[in-house]
Amino acid sequence: MTLNMGPQHPSTHGVLRLELKTDGEIVADAIPHIGYLHRCFEKHAENIEYPGVIPFTDRMDYCAAMNMELGYVLAIEKLMDIRINNRVRCLRIIMAELGRIASHLIAAGTYGNDIGSFTPFLWCFRDRETILDLFEETCGARLLYNYNWIGGLMYDVKPGFEKKVLEFLDYFEPQVDNLNRLLSDNVIFIRRTAHVGILPPELAISYGVTGPNLRGSGVAFDVRRDEPYLGYEDFDFDVAVGKADYGPLGSCWDRYMVRIREVRESCKIVRQAIARLTPGDVHESVPKRVKPPAGEIYMRTECPRGELGYYIVSDGSTKPYRVKVKSPCFTVMSAFREVSRGAMIADIIAILGSFDIVLGEIDR
Amino acid sequence: MIPQEIAALLAESFGGKVLESNPDALMAWSAVEPSSLFEVCRFFRTDSRLDMDHLELLGGADYKDRIEVVYILYSMKHHHRYTIKCRLPRQAPAVQTVESLWSVANWHEREAYDMFGIVFEGHSDLRRILCPDDWEGYPLRKDYVLPTSYHDMPV
Repeated sequence: MTLNMGPQHPSTHGVLRLELKTDGEIVADAIPHIGYLHRCFEKHAENIEYPGVIPFTDRMDYCAAMNMELGYVLAIEKLMDIRINNRVRCLRIIMAELGRIASHLIAAGTYGNDIGSFTPFLWCFRDRETILDLFEETCGARLLYNYNWIGGLMYDVKPGFEKKVLEFLDYFEPQVDNLNRLLSDNVIFIRRTAHVGILPPELAISYGVTGPNLRGSGVAFDVRRDEPYLGYEDFDFDVAVGKADYGPLGSCWDRYMVRIREVRESCKIVRQAIARLTPGDVHESVPKRVKPPAGEIYMRTECPRGELGYYIVSDGSTKPYRVKVKSPCFTVMSAFREVSRGAMIADIIAILGSFDIVLGEIDR
Repeated sequence: MIPQEIAALLAESFGGKVLESNPDALMAWSAVEPSSLFEVCRFFRTDSRLDMDHLELLGGADYKDRIEVVYILYSMKHHHRYTIKCRLPRQAPAVQTVESLWSVANWHEREAYDMFGIVFEGHSDLRRILCPDDWEGYPLRKDYVLPTSYHDMPV
């Protein structure tokens, strides 16, 4: 039987349509159909000046907009050879890591919701709210920030920001243990996730899977450590990997747990970045006119959902000649068909949720 | 391996098939003959010195006189990166698929076909991916004219 799941199914996390070929309760084939949210970002970008592209990048992965714009501005800065000062660097790291925590909280909360546990969803969104408040007080927006500028930041943080962040971390770190007690180590949750959606490491690399999904398969690869940008090499943090605690390596539970472990690492990084924050002008190296020399660049950063890559071609004018985005959710979704083959229909939800996709970024 | 070494290795193994190399650029690249693209990719994928097991990006670009396909390759083991380019005629751009080397190429090639009309010969399922199946034209080409209607609906 052919079943349509989506495009408006509540657990497809956006407008994704899955064409399921079923054999009883077993899914013989699951074909993803994407493109419902396609806005042709790459075409838009060719018609706008460089700084104007930043708000468009926010709208790709709207759950982690800080990280989306970071990759873009870093690429342009590298192309123009702009050096940023320590304050901009540390603030960018703080914002990127807070964004990562907020994004992983959505991932964990909605995943619990998909599996049938509603309370973690409310807990996660309650804590994410504090991060959004911090973002709002800094740049006025709660979701789509336009905060990272080419060569600097939109505004400096308000006085007392550091104290508020530290207060939040002091409150939040014990909450992670609570979440583990409630959801991660819950026996029902483990039984639903620990033996389904196995993604072996070789398959993951072949499918270009990156980020927490790749690390869930036990591959300790993190762009922040293996190809550092923004001076991440000076920070002390561990790369969280799946350890096959409850089932085979690369299961849905492993992928989920990598995110929880990463949240703790992000807290560590934020604390270090706050300790290193020095006074400075965040507009110091913002160029008057953004006109990169002709050339091309590929820049990738570690976003909450994996490696986001920008391939930018400049022809020496004020508008990019070509912007191509390598979207981490796009590549992980291409592996979905193979991973989900032979699963039960209910497990399709578990597998999809464990990939933590955002359709805005797949379709662009 | 540093980009200069990779470029030298490529020139040594493929000689005249390499049209142009620029290992000193911000993003080191080599352009190869379309007919030998698959062989070059297989060399990058399987040679133990290169071992490029991660296809980071596959995308097209329209340069008015030609269409380029860009393959950005990365090795998870050696932590090095190199870019291969393939220049195709604008009239009928076609090149062999690399799906058998990197599974992710399946979707990337579908996207390049959707946006630029590049035909990947031997591809298992070459259809549009982001645009609707009955969409006309290739949106990311520089001479693309925006349609005014879709199925009699104004856009």
